[in-house]
Amino acid sequence: MNTYIHSVSLDPEKCTGCTTCMKHCPTEAIRVRNGCAVIDPERCIDCGECIRNCPNNAKKSICNSFDEIKKFKYKVALPAPALIGQFDNLDNTDYVLQGLLDIGFDDVFEVSKAAEIVSAYTRVYLETEGIKKPVISTACPVVTRLIGLRFPFLKDNLIPLLPPMEVAASIAREEAMKKNPELKKEDIGICFISPCPAKASYAKNGFGSYKSEVDLVVSMSEVYFQLINVMKREKVPEISSQAGKIGVSWAICGGEGSALLNDKILAADGINNVISVLDQIEDGNIPPIDFVELNACPSGCVGGVLTIENPYIAKNRLHTIRRYMPVSLNGMPEDESYIPHKRFFADFPKYQPLNRLSDNIGESMRLMAQIQALRKELPGIDCGSCGAPNCRAFAEDIVRGTAHQSECIIAYKEAFKKYIENYDRGDKVESE
Amino acid sequence: MSEPLGFHYDVDGDNFTSAGQASAQVKKNLRQLGFDPEIIRKVAIAMYEGEINMVIHAGGGKAHVIVEDGYVEIILADTGPGIANIEQAMKEGFSTAPDQVRSLGFGAGMGLPNMKRYTDYMQIDSVVGEGTTITMRVNY
Repeated sequence: MNTYIHSVSLDPEKCTGCTTCMKHCPTEAIRVRNGCAVIDPERCIDCGECIRNCPNNAKKSICNSFDEIKKFKYKVALPAPALIGQFDNLDNTDYVLQGLLDIGFDDVFEVSKAAEIVSAYTRVYLETEGIKKPVISTACPVVTRLIGLRFPFLKDNLIPLLPPMEVAASIAREEAMKKNPELKKEDIGICFISPCPAKASYAKNGFGSYKSEVDLVVSMSEVYFQLINVMKREKVPEISSQAGKIGVSWAICGGEGSALLNDKILAADGINNVISVLDQIEDGNIPPIDFVELNACPSGCVGGVLTIENPYIAKNRLHTIRRYMPVSLNGMPEDESYIPHKRFFADFPKYQPLNRLSDNIGESMRLMAQIQALRKELPGIDCGSCGAPNCRAFAEDIVRGTAHQSECIIAYKEAFKKYIENYDRGDKVESE
Repeated sequence: MSEPLGFHYDVDGDNFTSAGQASAQVKKNLRQLGFDPEIIRKVAIAMYEGEINMVIHAGGGKAHVIVEDGYVEIILADTGPGIANIEQAMKEGFSTAPDQVRSLGFGAGMGLPNMKRYTDYMQIDSVVGEGTTITMRVNY
């Protein structure tokens, strides 16, 4: 059973039941009931497509509010690399880091620094004997959940390394304890500044038996507005960036892959493209590739729903700012080929695969026959008026007992037309 | 006459991920010396482009930055394959960088032209099969 805590919510006051979100949901997780959208938490992958597409701003992300950092004595900011692309006229990352100190954080640990460490580990991992290729990145939480729900066959392809957010949280906490030995563990607040709701869900749910070391996940847009008030060019930053080109590039689709210095890599962005790539990998229909980078958001993390700037503009800014950065400031020493055990995650969360009708094949076949028969009776125009995204999903809902065939508006229209025709004929008979 | 201040680096050709660190270090040093930010920017960019070239094309080399009276001199010396056609290499857009590094933004073919643009003096000495030495100066 999935008891996954999600970070996408609906404001029922603003929802008009327009079916836009339902039509765009890649896992068909949304239904419209009583004129309002409802998300099935077992199917939702927190991709944020509904937030992107809602014309009435009814869909929201649930993150911690920035004020919650006050709960902690020692607050460490973990900015995602996408944050650097949000600012106009920025020529030096240090100004953003200083800004974070000025708005109330005690220290900053760039996730891009941890990303360079993860890239170094990944380069080593790809040389390991006997691993299943293509290796699939676990950086995007939407993708890992999607694979668990819909492509369980590809679970063994996932790279078992913790993503940069977690590596950053772990190192940041260690460093905070070292710098301030008088602090207790609960005094330290590790706060990730996120471009998306999926990372917030990841921190709330952990991964399998791994509990996230992130205490708070705050929306990048909320932090942006705090930062622009304090970022001033006159003041020389007291803090300097500890990441290079590779770290910053993780925010863009292709950045994570390019860090592997290997031309047998593939990078895809946008949830529908991610699904089609996973389909092809599952079918064995791809050339011999070593590594696959998958980003649910268009253009990568810069396209997350909690960012401020247009992803293409943010990408251009990051290209400019990374132009003369050293390739990487964090890597393993040259001859080092050992990845610390604590940087791996031990197990994969248990997910109920979405497309399985039941645990018993016989039962599944019976249900499928019912669905197919029912589907033939339905109009097949996928209008969404019944509250399901398409007629096939509606047929499934009926068979599962969560919907009734009488909700089909097209069937009503046909029945009403017949009634009118009969009524007219009835009149003529009477007057004769 | 006192010895001019110099910074010397070994640029490792086998470790691509460390490329660019020498010029980052020079930038820090010049900032500490109190040079004009515009001068620092020119030196840093010229040296960065040359350093990356040494790693990508020449298997590494040695970098020297010397603060002379009135100019900063940058000498980048390698024992790589050398440049067969210097005129062609100086053309904007011409690049022999491998595919793997292009997605990181390299290989636009602007390295040598940028080095010339940002410096007040540039000289390329290259012998095919023996190596290349580039000497640049930024006046201040």
